[in-house]
Amino acid sequence: MAAHSLSPSLYRLLFAVKYASLHSRCCAVHKKAQYSTIYNPSEKTFEKILIANRGEIACRVIKTCKKMGIKTVAVHSDVDSSAVHAKMADEAVCVGPAPTSKSYLNMDAIMDAIRTTGAQAVHPGYGFLSENKEFAKRLAAEGVTFIGPDTHAIQAMGDKIESKLIAKAAKVNTIPGFDGVVKTAEEAVKIAQDIGYPVMIKASAGGGGKGMRIAWNDEETREGFRFSSQEAASSFGDDRLLIEKYIDNPRHIEIQVLADKHGNALWLNERECSIQRRNQKVVEEAPSTFLDSVTRQAMGEQAVQLAKAVQYSSAGTVEFLVDSKKNFYFLEMNTRLQVEHPITECITGLDLVEQMIRVAKGYRLQHKQEDIPINGWAIESRVYAEDPYKSFGLPSIGRLSQYHEPLNLSNVRVDSGIQEGSDISIYYDPMISKLVTYGATRSEALARMEDALDNYVIRGVTHNIPLLREIITHPRFISGDISTNFLPEVYPDGFKGHQLEADTRRELLASAAALYITAQLRSQRFLGELRVSSSPVECNHWELCVELGEQRHVLEITKSGNVYTVEVDGGEVEVSGQWDLASPLLPLTINSTHKMLQCLSRDASGNIVLQYLGTSFQVRVLSKLAAELNSYMPEKVPEDTSSILRSPMPGTMVAVSVKPGDTVAEGQEICVIEAMKMQNSLTAVKQAKRRAATYPAGVPRRTQRTTAHVIRAPRFAGERNPRQAKTGEGGSLLYYMQFLGFRFQVDGFDNMVNLGCS
Amino acid sequence: FRGKLPQTSLLRDSRWYSVSHLSVKERIDKKRKAALIGGGQKRIDAQHKRGKLTARERVELLLDPDSFVETDMFVEHRCSDFGMEQDRNKFPGDSVVTGRGRINGRLVYVFSQDFTVFGGSLSGAHAQKICKIMDQAMTVGAPVIGLNDSGGARIQEGVESLAGYADIFLRNVMASGVVPQISLIMGPCAGGAVYSPALTDFTFMVKDTSYLFITGPDVVKSVTNEDVTQEELGGAKTHTSVSGVAHHAFENDVEALLNLREFFNFLECHDPSDRLVPSLDTIVPFESTKAYDMLDIIQAIVDEREFFEIMPNYAKNIVVGFARMNGRTVGIVGNQPKVASGCLDINSSVKGARFVRFCDAFNIPIITFVDVPGFLPGTAQEYGGIIRHGAKLLFAFAEATVPKITIITRKAYGGAYDVMSSKHLRGDVNYAWPSAEVAVMGAKGAVQIIFRGKDNQAEAEAEYVEKFANPFPAAVRGFVDDIIEPSTTRRKICRDLDVLASKKQVNPWKKHANIPL
Repeated sequence: MAAHSLSPSLYRLLFAVKYASLHSRCCAVHKKAQYSTIYNPSEKTFEKILIANRGEIACRVIKTCKKMGIKTVAVHSDVDSSAVHAKMADEAVCVGPAPTSKSYLNMDAIMDAIRTTGAQAVHPGYGFLSENKEFAKRLAAEGVTFIGPDTHAIQAMGDKIESKLIAKAAKVNTIPGFDGVVKTAEEAVKIAQDIGYPVMIKASAGGGGKGMRIAWNDEETREGFRFSSQEAASSFGDDRLLIEKYIDNPRHIEIQVLADKHGNALWLNERECSIQRRNQKVVEEAPSTFLDSVTRQAMGEQAVQLAKAVQYSSAGTVEFLVDSKKNFYFLEMNTRLQVEHPITECITGLDLVEQMIRVAKGYRLQHKQEDIPINGWAIESRVYAEDPYKSFGLPSIGRLSQYHEPLNLSNVRVDSGIQEGSDISIYYDPMISKLVTYGATRSEALARMEDALDNYVIRGVTHNIPLLREIITHPRFISGDISTNFLPEVYPDGFKGHQLEADTRRELLASAAALYITAQLRSQRFLGELRVSSSPVECNHWELCVELGEQRHVLEITKSGNVYTVEVDGGEVEVSGQWDLASPLLPLTINSTHKMLQCLSRDASGNIVLQYLGTSFQVRVLSKLAAELNSYMPEKVPEDTSSILRSPMPGTMVAVSVKPGDTVAEGQEICVIEAMKMQNSLTAVKQAKRRAATYPAGVPRRTQRTTAHVIRAPRFAGERNPRQAKTGEGGSLLYYMQFLGFRFQVDGFDNMVNLGCS
Repeated sequence: FRGKLPQTSLLRDSRWYSVSHLSVKERIDKKRKAALIGGGQKRIDAQHKRGKLTARERVELLLDPDSFVETDMFVEHRCSDFGMEQDRNKFPGDSVVTGRGRINGRLVYVFSQDFTVFGGSLSGAHAQKICKIMDQAMTVGAPVIGLNDSGGARIQEGVESLAGYADIFLRNVMASGVVPQISLIMGPCAGGAVYSPALTDFTFMVKDTSYLFITGPDVVKSVTNEDVTQEELGGAKTHTSVSGVAHHAFENDVEALLNLREFFNFLECHDPSDRLVPSLDTIVPFESTKAYDMLDIIQAIVDEREFFEIMPNYAKNIVVGFARMNGRTVGIVGNQPKVASGCLDINSSVKGARFVRFCDAFNIPIITFVDVPGFLPGTAQEYGGIIRHGAKLLFAFAEATVPKITIITRKAYGGAYDVMSSKHLRGDVNYAWPSAEVAVMGAKGAVQIIFRGKDNQAEAEAEYVEKFANPFPAAVRGFVDDIIEPSTTRRKICRDLDVLASKKQVNPWKKHANIPL
């Protein structure tokens, strides 16, 4: 086969033309991509492909298209118009406003985009329209190729019950269970008893782990039946239920398959996806530590049997649950490119997107089953904009004020669709990137993952790196002793961040102290001072007081050159580094070991927030004198906010629910603020009575009104009538109404945004 | 003479001399010791109990270790009425500690009022001590820091105390624009005393323990029958967010002093001057009515993301403060679209004007980020004199001769465009981002005037947007020097500052200008 590699310079040019400031990063991606960069240029596929997706997966597909010389069309919502995927593609078409139902799921707009750009094929990525048979049908009707399986396969595998029947028929192991319409709770109980507890109940049409309930006895079965049938009817309009044996402590292992339109199918080994939270994957690896070659082969062959049974073509994934005795049961088949496909690419060297495009054009598979290797080990961490301290991850939003991917490290692949300055919005998935590391062995890949997480700079949003780093360094994970219950088992009381040992604590304290002194010394150098400084000798010994958590430590620090020797808690720590205070990264050598810390913030009061071992720690460093004097400082009692009602976000007040003289009970609605297209009800924290309007005479009547008009036309309270001006803790002037013992405040200022004043 | 006296003394009675010498030495030591404990241990404990540090502790924490050189430690008050002449009512140094020292190596003069001695009240001697260091600071050109903690005038001294205040006020005025003056209010400061901080360049406060007012709550009650607490009347929160008297407030004494040290750090650092800031390319939203945070832009552009904001809680629709660009201290002024659309009103104009004038007085280059929809309309503003107050900002920008760099990030509408350090007011370098719209007003308003009574308003609006809602109208006339990619802003500013370092510009000679006060 004639192999041709696209020269890096040409590659660079492609990006430079499209988007100058992106090019350095994309080149790095290209060099580090852990999949084949070889393709056969004589094999003509498509002239132009439209990617009906956004974010990292759109970027991922565009990269392969560029490699194959295919022109790309991105679709985007209006808020995504400057998103990375829209800039990376050769053409970009806006398909609607931010909500996905009006843009990325808007088939009419996407079909229009296909027509106007003349795209010959559509890659759907994952999610959105990737498993939508209606979309596939409409494409087929217009003669546009859908890069994915046939409608028939999508339909067959998209339904939980049908897919199980097909699997059973194809001699694939399935979980004992019942699927179909369950009429009454008692019927459900009888079915459950036949299968044997525990059982799992969910709506047949529901995807993934959505709406899944587990019952250990008859009572729970009844309850599960009630919820699931309601949900099935309301969410999916399809009241069929699935009741099946629940496998306790299972592993989630999936087989990647690849099939062409000529009846050939391959299995590309497994991916271990057991580390999940709320049935969503967090860390994946390939291969699995758990499978032996016999099991692997058995699973692979069954996956291929299933693919053939539905005349599958393109890439797909067959998910299995594997119990502790290596019995495996078919779970479902995903008829699309999976989120975690990069780890399969790393160990097999295949470019799955390329293969999907080839297959869609009708080419035969290039590989035979015996050509598929397992080369080394690959780990993927899903980096999310979410707070890991709240039920292992609640979404957070914000703007990436600083963002650097750890691409300076070798064997690291980062699939992302965002860049510094991007917004993580409420409209889309909060995934920041997929961080993949690769190594000859699992421990190599894991060690690289530690480095990569430590080197990853994300500022502006809360992220789950603390959790990811704890998972991949946990002894149970390292030994491969994992299941889908890993997180709740290891952190029964919720995730609390890295717990420092005596030595790591000393290291952290010493690093903070050394950083503090570096900043202090730097402050003594300045420009343009004509006077000669009178201090003859530079100080090189300090005594500092460092607070971490509740504890206070006295540190003695000696500096020689760039090396700080720190005596702390009876131990000695030696810290050295380049001490670049402008860089978010803090590469240090602590006791002759390289450690990557990050300085998240530093202020004049001695507060330093350091990210160490993935978790951020707040320390306070004070000179001995300042610490001594600080002991005289009174502790500030946090303001009692129960009598103040604050709007959680800037918005428009659309209704006030209490009249003067009304008494409100705890929890009662006081007013409604509209923000982010949502109406938020603000409720009373304690019982209060709205005071009758007692405004002094002479005040214009309109200030007495408590309607939205006042809020919409805010004035600078305090100018005309100082009694109206109150400030919130944040200091912004707020519109407020006086209740008896109850100040009611709504941030009215931001509404000025809507005023075109000149 | 000096060589002679001991000789004669020795000749006469060497024993007497040595005894006398010893006793003087003892007296010196005794006085010094007394001076160091101010009003005595009991009062020091009381001061601590209030959550406050003593005058000396404050000085020690503010200045570099061992750098404090005290003056007038032996000065005592000269009052002889009401039993004040008794020894127990005399405290060496009286109720203020004065001297000079260094903050990270930079020379400063400091006075720190001692609440433990007569409640820090101001006597003639107290004022004299402050005047002395202010005079010295002016001769050598070093900043003056006042740590205020005083109950007011020394009533026993009467008019002498008032004279003392006036002496200080005069020096505050004379020193204004010559050396930076900073007041940190760390306790009460009431009555006439408040005018000294008011005359200085910056007034900082400590939350919960410091108050500034002309008359206290008791007098307020008796005169206007208003019930008000000290905190509400003149606390840190009131002055930093409502009155605009103070520029910043800190949590407690220790934090205030540490932050004051930081405030003095106009230093060298190693943030690369050619650093690109890709995040700026996406910061301005496409919808011109949507808000964004100007602080995001400022922090991304300046050295090490460090921005010392002045008056962060007052007139938040304008952002002012200090930062460094490639190690050079700069003053930054920016409209804040997040608050009130970033419009200019009375308070923000005055806040901006005062800051610009400080920078101009002390040769600090001014970088202005413009996103201003105009002046705030309405009776409240007009009755309050927005014309007069807005003119202050206009005056300040026009008068300033320091390097002036302006970046229009989005809206620059109407008269506010002219005011915000425009090219026409001698802006040295004026840039526009691609998102800039320099126009007389927003599209809707403009179309309503131009096409009054016509039907095709929407069409006309689109035409107006096409024509004016972009940087070209200003760029083709040379009113902006260049349209730049936001990510290159830092690099460009750093280079411009290098070039402008040698800028020399002189206003016509005058006794003084007549800013519309």
